[in-house]
Amino acid sequence: MLKITDLVKRYGGGDPVLKNLDLTIEGESVVSIIGSSGAGKSTLLRCINRLVEPSSGSIELNGTELTRLRGRSLRAARRKIGMVFQGFNLVDRLTVMENVQSGRLGYISTWAAVMRRYPKEDIRRAYELMERVGIAHYANTRADQLSGGERQRVGVVRALMQNPEILLADEPTASLDPKTSEQIMGLLRDLAGELKLPVLINIHNVTEAKEYTDRIVGMRYGRIIFDDRPASLDKEAMDRIYSGSPHADRSEDLRQAS
Amino acid sequence: MSGETRDTWQKPPFIANPVLRWSVYVGAILYFAWVGATLPIDWGRVAEGVGRAGRIFGGAFPPSFERSGLLIDGFLESLKIAILATTGGVLLSIPIAFMAARNVAPLPIYYLGRFVIIVARSFHPVIVAIIFVKAVGFGPFAGVLTLVVYSIGFVAKMLAERIEEIDFGQVEAMRAAGAPFLSTMVYAIFPQIMPRQIGLTIYQLDSNLRASAVVGIVGAGGIGATLANAFGRYDYDFALAITMVIVGVILISEGISGQIRKRIG
Repeated sequence: MLKITDLVKRYGGGDPVLKNLDLTIEGESVVSIIGSSGAGKSTLLRCINRLVEPSSGSIELNGTELTRLRGRSLRAARRKIGMVFQGFNLVDRLTVMENVQSGRLGYISTWAAVMRRYPKEDIRRAYELMERVGIAHYANTRADQLSGGERQRVGVVRALMQNPEILLADEPTASLDPKTSEQIMGLLRDLAGELKLPVLINIHNVTEAKEYTDRIVGMRYGRIIFDDRPASLDKEAMDRIYSGSPHADRSEDLRQAS
Repeated sequence: MSGETRDTWQKPPFIANPVLRWSVYVGAILYFAWVGATLPIDWGRVAEGVGRAGRIFGGAFPPSFERSGLLIDGFLESLKIAILATTGGVLLSIPIAFMAARNVAPLPIYYLGRFVIIVARSFHPVIVAIIFVKAVGFGPFAGVLTLVVYSIGFVAKMLAERIEEIDFGQVEAMRAAGAPFLSTMVYAIFPQIMPRQIGLTIYQLDSNLRASAVVGIVGAGGIGATLANAFGRYDYDFALAITMVIVGVILISEGISGQIRKRIG
């Protein structure tokens, strides 16, 4: 269970990007976060695995408080949080197998990593997962030779190699064409079911969010203003999430403050 | 803004403020005039020197390859100095480059790395060679140490700049997976800087071979030492032979290194 309480993130001295945000993800649900650019979706996701430092508040994953971890214990916690990126973030010049195994870097020694001496069970698991998403025949291909959809499959397998307790996906389909995009969304939903894994997806495509996820969280300028089943996301809710601009929201806040 | 459309345009001046502009121009002209007038150039001596240069060149023709054994030994020594110095210099450059890259090093480490590079760059190899010849004595070891410093100054600086240009998303992906620091470097950064690293190494080998001829003149071994000796003994014909071979070898090594660097692109 992921439990976020009173989360605030503020860059520099400006207005917070996340404002006292509460969110709980239970079980193996697939949750999408929608909202216009600048609403804080990406920041929220990155606070969970601490690629971004939260300013205050608490994030608890299966009983572990994440916000105060440092060094080794932070790395140990990150191993349990898989992440899929918009730009894939694969190492272009390494093979698909090396990319997939890089999801295990938190578990194996640096020496084993440098020498590419991966444990047998890791290699077996990698082949299983690559087989599952249809990229096993690319094991020895350099990552930059693959198409966008194939690259994102590598990204997904890399994240799953971590044996994560939750999967974060930061606009995983934004760099893909519509058809490939639906395939990846379908894959994320199916894998979540098969591996009993909660998945949190930032997404711009509302149609895909409705079709592939169990729950939609709507954010607007650092706050959650909608949180319900996809069926309840009506025109009125959409307008509330997407109307206005971050700038307008900011000045609104200023007026309230003064 | 009504009426005729304008049909003349002038490029805005290099320095917008006219007073400043003219004082820069006039100041520069005055300075050059003053330098020309005050620098102590003794034209009489220059004339004498031209005669001496004529004698040197006269004595240098035809070039003599009689002592080619000495020449080859000197060259092999230069090559050894260059290879050893390149290996050592590049190996040391890698950690220094990581230290001096703002996006991966913490601030104090970054300043330390930059400081090492600045020190390595601030002296010409000849000056470094003079210091090392005093410190460890005449011979190739002084040459190797000199060129190690020289290599660090160039390779570490260029590599640090490459590290600062990497796609940081790959580093982020490793961090997100809980990878420790060194594993992150090896997986996310090394593959990205590898082509530049190889290109720099080949370039530096070529550059070190050239520099090894120069530092030899101040006593740091190699073909430069052979050349300095030849001059010292007024063997201008042998000196010309050495010079010709140096030019030839450098042309060849530059050609090869250029080809290799083009291939790895």
